[in-house]
Amino acid sequence: MMTNGDDAVEVVPVRHVGRYVAGFVVAVALAMLVHTLFSKVSTGQVSCHTSAGARHCHPVTNWRFGWNVVFHYFTSREILSGLLVTLELTAIAMAIGISLGLLIAIMRLSHNRLVSATAWVYTWFFRGTPVYVQLLFWFNIAALYQTVTFGLPFLNVTFAHINLVAFFTPFNTAVVGLGLNEAAYMSEIARSGLISVDEGQIEAATSIGMTRSQTLRLVILPQAMRVIIPPTGNEIISMLKTTSLAIAVSLVELLGAATNIYSANYEIMPLLIVASLWYLIVTTVLSTGQFYVERHYAKGALRTPPPTPIQRLRNDVRGIAAKFTSGRSTARASS
Amino acid sequence: MTTPMVATTPMVEAHGVHKSYGAVEVLRGVDLSVARGEVTCLIGPSGSGKSTLLRCINHLEKHDAGELRVDGHLVGYEARDGKLYERNDKQICAERSRIGMVFQRFNLFQHLTVLDNVTIGQVKVRGVANDAAVVRARELLARVGLVAKEKNYPSQLSGGQQQRVAIARALAMEPKLMLFDEPTSALDPELVGEVLDVMKDLAKSGMTMIVVTHEMGFAREVANSLYFLDQGVIEESGNPREVLVNPRSARLQSFLSKVL
Repeated sequence: MMTNGDDAVEVVPVRHVGRYVAGFVVAVALAMLVHTLFSKVSTGQVSCHTSAGARHCHPVTNWRFGWNVVFHYFTSREILSGLLVTLELTAIAMAIGISLGLLIAIMRLSHNRLVSATAWVYTWFFRGTPVYVQLLFWFNIAALYQTVTFGLPFLNVTFAHINLVAFFTPFNTAVVGLGLNEAAYMSEIARSGLISVDEGQIEAATSIGMTRSQTLRLVILPQAMRVIIPPTGNEIISMLKTTSLAIAVSLVELLGAATNIYSANYEIMPLLIVASLWYLIVTTVLSTGQFYVERHYAKGALRTPPPTPIQRLRNDVRGIAAKFTSGRSTARASS
Repeated sequence: MTTPMVATTPMVEAHGVHKSYGAVEVLRGVDLSVARGEVTCLIGPSGSGKSTLLRCINHLEKHDAGELRVDGHLVGYEARDGKLYERNDKQICAERSRIGMVFQRFNLFQHLTVLDNVTIGQVKVRGVANDAAVVRARELLARVGLVAKEKNYPSQLSGGQQQRVAIARALAMEPKLMLFDEPTSALDPELVGEVLDVMKDLAKSGMTMIVVTHEMGFAREVANSLYFLDQGVIEESGNPREVLVNPRSARLQSFLSKVL
């Protein structure tokens, strides 16, 4: 009966009592949690002042979570410059990770056994050891090699000469350590994208006379991106947080800045909250960006792209508005 | 009598072509000759080597033995001083770009619009200017009846429409030879006709075509010659209007009794 007129039969929806109970329990728990977040506790001190000849005393209280301290340091110069280091480190390490990872993925698919085996060993090594150990390893590499010279072997031709002791500053160590480690993970992501493209696409490209490199650049990579982007977004977000390990090589990034401050003033929790809030803000921005990039590369793969959050919101508002304007007629069903 | 060389050499010539995948011998000495401007149909049971032969002709697969010539040139090799020199990738790509291929599963570039599918080869392989490529692409899309779809992505088209775009994409390379690998086998029955119509038009325009097909009606109506492949050899060949009506070999008789 799809009628909406007067003869429509009223349909009584099932009452989900369990859902109401569960909702109530969760709501109470959330309210209690929020209350403790913003509760005040006694500091054990008493503040007294004299007015109109009488002395008044009352206990001093403080935010349990030290929100005033959080607020004070949230945009302090040390924290912001630490945040900047974190962002730079994330960007450069990911740039290395993505480009080197793509190269390793392409090497893995090479017809030359030695080339593909080398790529496999790289991934095996860098995925098989903790990134923390790798950071310490690069930080101390100068114990093994003092200098590195780029040139042609046997010919006495030299292009560049690098003093490793001077090169491996805390920042450079973190960039190299995190970037090389990331390349191992990115290579697997890129490889899964490359092999996800239908063989027929390669045949079609070949049949119109494209070279192997044209086929890779113009046909395979753009289609592989659809598979590569979502996990790469995860990797960027994960990298943002992994940069906090750079504390191991005495780099002062976001977390390092926070620890520096609290080691002086002992406001440990508020400063950890400051760092966490910044991590949350940046990951939120990154996730939003990821959504739009994914949508761009889904072109052609989906008949209709998924709605943007703004479109979804607009649709929801319209849906609710329609419900109200049509009054009871939606409560009556179209069965 | 000085007939120009071009007019007399066949477009495709195969002598004793062999091809194996590991231990499986798919082509076991195939002889075939396709004259310029003619339509040749290859029929045969699945696994008989029809597609493999087609893929050897544009060097998507390397044949193991025998002689295979397209437009008078050896496919993939150059004969010099009594030796065969394997051609490099660039030469092979250049040769291949003049042989159009249409696949059973269309294989349109999924990330490109219909128009871009037809221009990409012109621009990136033949070095045609973008504007000229677009003009040519629109002409070809008009020819296959899909001008209105140029902004669509392949996933938004029906199978028949996709296959017509695939034909336009191949024609954009100005091929001297067109290969069709079961072009209607993946289509819903009601969409087969629109693709066959485009192919008939193409045949009328004088394009040399080799068509692997199960459409006996098309073979009878359009083809100049027909080859029946079975277990890697040409079992029977000739004028389709005779071969299909009066098959001599028992194998062709039994094949036709199953498909007709």
